[in-house]
Amino acid sequence: MSRPTEVLPDPALTGGTAPLLAVSDLAVSFPVGSALAARIRHESRLLHAVDGVDLRIERGEALALVGESGSGKSTIARALAGLQRPDRGEIRLDGRLLPARRSRADQQKIQMVFQDPYSSLNPRLTVGGMLHELLRVHHVVPRAEVEAYTRQLLTLVGLSEEAVHAYPRQFSGGQRQRVAIARALALRPELLVADEPVSALDVSVQATILNLLQDLRGELGLTLLLISHNLAVVRHLCDRVAVMYLGRIIEVAPTETLFARPRHPYTAGLLAAIPRMTFDEQGDAPAVRGDPPSPLRIPAGCRFRTRCPIAQPICAEEDPELTAQGSDPEHSAACHFAFASVPAPRDGTHAENGDRGVTG
Amino acid sequence: MNQPLLQVSDLHVEIATRQGIVRAVDGVSLEVPAGEAVGLVGESGSGKSMTLKAILGVLPPEARVTAGEVLLDGIDLTALSNSQLNKFRGPKIAMIFQEPMSALNPVMRVGQQIAEGPRVHLGLNRAQAAERALDLMRRVGIPDPERRFRSFPHEFSGGMRQRVMIAIALSCDPSVILCDEPTTALDVTIQDQILRLLAKLCRETGASLVFVTHDLPVVAQVCHQLAVMYAGEIVERGTVQDVLTQPRHPYTLGLVRSAPDVDHPRSSLAAIPGSPPSLIHPPSGCRFHPRCPFAEEDCTVTHPPLRLLDAGRATACLHSERCLQAETQTEGADR
Repeated sequence: MSRPTEVLPDPALTGGTAPLLAVSDLAVSFPVGSALAARIRHESRLLHAVDGVDLRIERGEALALVGESGSGKSTIARALAGLQRPDRGEIRLDGRLLPARRSRADQQKIQMVFQDPYSSLNPRLTVGGMLHELLRVHHVVPRAEVEAYTRQLLTLVGLSEEAVHAYPRQFSGGQRQRVAIARALALRPELLVADEPVSALDVSVQATILNLLQDLRGELGLTLLLISHNLAVVRHLCDRVAVMYLGRIIEVAPTETLFARPRHPYTAGLLAAIPRMTFDEQGDAPAVRGDPPSPLRIPAGCRFRTRCPIAQPICAEEDPELTAQGSDPEHSAACHFAFASVPAPRDGTHAENGDRGVTG
Repeated sequence: MNQPLLQVSDLHVEIATRQGIVRAVDGVSLEVPAGEAVGLVGESGSGKSMTLKAILGVLPPEARVTAGEVLLDGIDLTALSNSQLNKFRGPKIAMIFQEPMSALNPVMRVGQQIAEGPRVHLGLNRAQAAERALDLMRRVGIPDPERRFRSFPHEFSGGMRQRVMIAIALSCDPSVILCDEPTTALDVTIQDQILRLLAKLCRETGASLVFVTHDLPVVAQVCHQLAVMYAGEIVERGTVQDVLTQPRHPYTLGLVRSAPDVDHPRSSLAAIPGSPPSLIHPPSGCRFHPRCPFAEEDCTVTHPPLRLLDAGRATACLHSERCLQAETQTEGADR
């Protein structure tokens, strides 16, 4: 299946330079089910975790990838970092195609911070040991400067220099996440991919890590891909947001535009579903009905139509493309009615943009 | 003032560990009026879940209630034996856990699990109990209940499993439902569905709710009253709106300020410095003083009791007026 690539703005329009990262038609699938069944049927059942995704990130930009569990956002992160081989699609960094098997120099350019700082750090290495090993293997700085650079890194992420001699278990969750960030930054990556970096932390600690990421963006001009299910975090930190649903990006827009005028009914529902500090009596109608379908049985046509409040016959037949409206090339959505006049909701449960749903 | 339905007074829970005795809950008092939803918020290790488990008498083996009482309809639950307590669990008091998959029986059909309580506690026969289970499944919004009755928990999605948990909790018409982070493991759209469902069912049945969570906006949606816990103690109490919009304890203020607000993005978040204290050797005086921006000399010495303010509010801060000042200052600076 080929998908049009015109959703990527013409380089001529955006100033002539290629974006730092350009992904086109990325697809990743996983075989599921028993090996026996696969042999008997001469086929393996495939779970399409990422199913044709186009993405671009400009240098210095922070892009958020949001969506519910199973939408494929972490799989994209892993594919970008070279931890997951894609079925098809291109990943270009600075205009250069990254091969499926990465050279050491390419690995260095995209670094990741994982969700759980308890399992992503080697418990048997001190922080210094961990960083020294990394710096030697990748020859980031001359051998004589490794020591000094390590201390510099720790200071950068807000840890004291004594942390060099400590083991991960001696740190709290927030401090461990700082170590993980230092480890990612040690290789001077072009792109930092942070997969739910604060979800495992307490609220008061989350703030320190979010502030750190924000400061690092300012100080280092860091390009960031933030993966999160928390839209408040995303709004706080990112310039643009891409919303995923069942392996596809269904809407992309600058953060403020997306929050003010979501075009896709799923985005609108997602925004309405966020618990807010409002104290009025809530209606009983949820912002989005039903469960997401299984990625093994993706609905034909538009993937969201089974939960969509405005679904029409056309939605079951045609898969809407991610397209932008003429006047705003930065805002694209994959809905037949994203920029057209919206048909009346099937019933009263549809929540309008940002509104808390209809009281019923 | 009418008598509260559930009254927890001066509850102490201690956990014996190799390092010493952890005072997980240290003198917690809580009143739950009939038909009201009371929220209990705090970070991990603040003792909120332990309080809940102590109320239901399901503490882990190394933990025990050392003092205090839990009065339900005038009967002290902490003084009862396990078999006596079983008469209360279900028809009087029920619990909804965070992880429905580990709370449900994986080898028992879902319908049977819902019907079990009514058979045991309400004396219904098999057919009556099954009828009741089907009715409950309909009420909690499980589609196609006749077919789903015979399904096993692993065949359900996370949201549907939580609906099953809710159906089980409601199955014997309890007067109090305890919820331990019931939506933390769920996606945001499913969380929204479950919260609305819970609110609706409580309104219909008149059951009281004790709702434990770390998520302030979730509390704002569900609860009327709110108690904030820190290091095993309640540090602030009042109506949800009062506590969250005008905190009178610096810890509450810190919690409110450190969470990014989706509707009002701020330039930078105010984190609470440091980390929660050890509950084996808690700090002297006010337990929050090492992290408190307003701490004075006396905070390090005097342990502040929860003192009553106006309009049902209470705070355990010696200098609670500083919170109000701090708030008005940042309001001006931020806008």
